[in-house]
Amino acid sequence: MAPRQGPNDDRTIAPGQFAGQPQAPGVPQQRPAPPGQAQPAGHGWSADKTMVPGIGMPDEQLQAPAGARVAAPPAAQVPAAQVQVQAPAGAGDLTPELIETPVWTETMLQQAGIPIVDVPFVTVGGGIGSFVTTDYLRIAGVPPEQIRVLSNLDFPYQTYEYLTRVSQIPDHARIRSDSSSRPDNIWGFPSYALTETWRQKTPAHLIHLLLEPVWADYWTPLRSTVFGSIDKESKRIGYDKMRVKGVVRMVRKRYGGGYFTILTPPEGSSPTKRVAYRSRFVHLAVGYPGLRYLPDLQDFRERYQDYQHVVNAYEPHEHVYETLKTRPGTVVLRGGGIVASRVLQRLFDDREHYKLQTNIIHIFRTYIEGSHGPGPWMRRKGDHGWAYQGFNYPKSVWGGQLKAQMRKLDGDDRAKLYKLMGGTNTPKRRRWQDQMRAGRAGGYYRDMQGIVEKVEPAPDGNGVVSYVTGKAGNELIRSDYIIDCTGLEADISQHRVLADLLQHTGAYRNPLGRLEVERHFELKNTANGDGVLYASGATTLGGYFPGVDTFLGLQIAAQEIADDLARRGWCKKIGPGRSTSQWFKWAFNKPI
Amino acid sequence: MVPTLTGRIQTRIVLLATVGSVLTLLVTPLLPIHAPLGTAYKTTFIILATVIVLGIVWEFIYHFLMQWRWEKDWPTNFGLITLVPEGLVVWLLLNAKLVPGIHGKVPLAAFLIDFLVVWIGVWLVANGPMRVPFLRWRFHGGRLA
Ligand SMILES: Cc1cc2nc3c(=O)[nH]c(=O)nc-3n(C[C@H](O)[C@H](O)[C@H](O)COP(=O)(O)OP(=O)(O)OC[C@H]3O[C@@H](n4cnc5c(N)ncnc54)[C@H](O)[C@@H]3O)c2cc1C
Repeated sequence: MAPRQGPNDDRTIAPGQFAGQPQAPGVPQQRPAPPGQAQPAGHGWSADKTMVPGIGMPDEQLQAPAGARVAAPPAAQVPAAQVQVQAPAGAGDLTPELIETPVWTETMLQQAGIPIVDVPFVTVGGGIGSFVTTDYLRIAGVPPEQIRVLSNLDFPYQTYEYLTRVSQIPDHARIRSDSSSRPDNIWGFPSYALTETWRQKTPAHLIHLLLEPVWADYWTPLRSTVFGSIDKESKRIGYDKMRVKGVVRMVRKRYGGGYFTILTPPEGSSPTKRVAYRSRFVHLAVGYPGLRYLPDLQDFRERYQDYQHVVNAYEPHEHVYETLKTRPGTVVLRGGGIVASRVLQRLFDDREHYKLQTNIIHIFRTYIEGSHGPGPWMRRKGDHGWAYQGFNYPKSVWGGQLKAQMRKLDGDDRAKLYKLMGGTNTPKRRRWQDQMRAGRAGGYYRDMQGIVEKVEPAPDGNGVVSYVTGKAGNELIRSDYIIDCTGLEADISQHRVLADLLQHTGAYRNPLGRLEVERHFELKNTANGDGVLYASGATTLGGYFPGVDTFLGLQIAAQEIADDLARRGWCKKIGPGRSTSQWFKWAFNKPI
Repeated sequence: MVPTLTGRIQTRIVLLATVGSVLTLLVTPLLPIHAPLGTAYKTTFIILATVIVLGIVWEFIYHFLMQWRWEKDWPTNFGLITLVPEGLVVWLLLNAKLVPGIHGKVPLAAFLIDFLVVWIGVWLVANGPMRVPFLRWRFHGGRLA
């Protein structure tokens, strides 16, 4: 078992730990061991969280993949960003003095031998959040030399691609968010449905759009449409020129204003272990702080070293489906969100397609029996355990009434409204409903309320037994596999950069325990001179704007940030004229 | 765009006054109205103004109805379907001679063409091109000011 990581641990990550992520050529992709075999040590799970690519704390040092394109030393790659201090090769690591001092001076970095690169705007993460923010700024006229994207990813949707793939959204499938949530286009026009209509020369998508959501399920784009469009926009705005590969270790205030962001470039790509980015603005979009296991499942995996029978939907678990193709089996599914729906669909599809005899027992901790909510003006649909909702929050949080309402709330009032409209939910899609109905009628799908007390290996060595207490009494459920679809997110302090931020910059938690941001996504209490620290994405959930962890939410944050930067005089505000002319450039794919 | 009450009203007024006016200008000469063009324009612009004014009342009703929707949204097709009750009310008022400034009878065909062209045009603009100049509009519940 990998040791639990403390916020200041230093260790080298093995290639493959970012399974599916920046992968060294020739290094085999890490796969789960065949059933019955224990996962090799050093697989990357730590005691209370699952490490999946891009999720949680990437470690200090990336292995430089042989022959892979990695960031050149900043001075060579970044003409406008100047390296101020040339450090001797091999030196340049953090010193105890730096680690302990909240506000740094240039001298302190010089003494540590850490070179300094100057760039006004740094975004940390390099996922969809960094991408849409960079896109906004480029469209507002900020030249690429003024922006650096510090990331362990090679392209913006790398983590998203991984997460959706393992959680059963293959390339030909459609994602959850709607037609006008498009990270490659700040206007959301033309929407993805129009793009697919144009490409496939069929009116079907538009007709569908016209019928949603009442007479048809929400139209949502193909995964491949989304990825293709991001690739195209990346090229157009010169995203790769702004991206610097590496893992960010911390962001600290600079004496005199602004910040230092410490980057650990891939091993062998830089003469020093660390490089400091000195900037007036820092934007943090580091995605999920980490994933957590349900405690009973975590306990089972640790105690029995069994990583085969109990799997998390966010980790590769193809072996479950493959084994079920060879023999009948029972799967216990836990969770009531979209990932549970997807996994369920995969099990049903395989059952149908390969004529399998898979049985599914679906345990909901919170079992929704019907429409629920405090009154007729606040009732969400639900049945058979599920709460139904098109997107992860009610649609109006991205622009309508609920957005306006939440924007005014603080403290307890805010937490209350979050509680009311949050909770696990899934879209009510017709196909899923049909499959579940058939499953219930055919006796191979059963949904139930229950709390799993513990999980143990079955006495005959065949599979696992869940000890469930529910409204209907206690029950022992034997199954071949348990798929955990709960996707619990870890506390923000599990992410090293965020933990450091809470400790040293004055950032604090919102009513939901994440980072408290202003309405314009500035991290409260972290301003430094004329410098500003922004954050967007899942780490800011619980703020004045609820839909943060979505493409559209990240764009809303990007807009607020860009507008705030314009107010501070750092970039132009995108008014109707500029917006229109830039839209034409986008439409004709004209590089900017 | 998922509207707020003020956003609805602002969007309705601005779009009908701009896109609606342009379309009214273009479509009026083509309408089967047996009257001089000046009279025809007067009639169609009064109809447009009626849709705007009554629309403010309608928006309150829509906002009220929206409260029963968990998502507090207003699907795209609702924006199209609502042309039926709105069109019907304007037509009934015209027939009852309750629209100030219009005294003669407006032929049904002329009314239908005028009303549909303006409505569908505005609906199309609201569901896409509007976002091009007004980048913040869709995130502000349709508010322009
Ligand atoms: C299964 C699933 C399906 C989803 N479907 C949708 C959908 O259909 N529509 C939608 O809008 N949203 C969806 N989401 C939410 C989606 O993940 C977000 O919208 C979006 O990907 C989040 O972008 P982000 O930039 O915040 O995080 P990411 O895209 O994850 O990017 C953040 C990245 O920062 C990097 N990073 C973290 N720490 C450091 C560090 N210290 N140094 C360097 N780099 C670091 C990591 O690689 C990390 O991946 C889905 C989420 C899941 C899990």
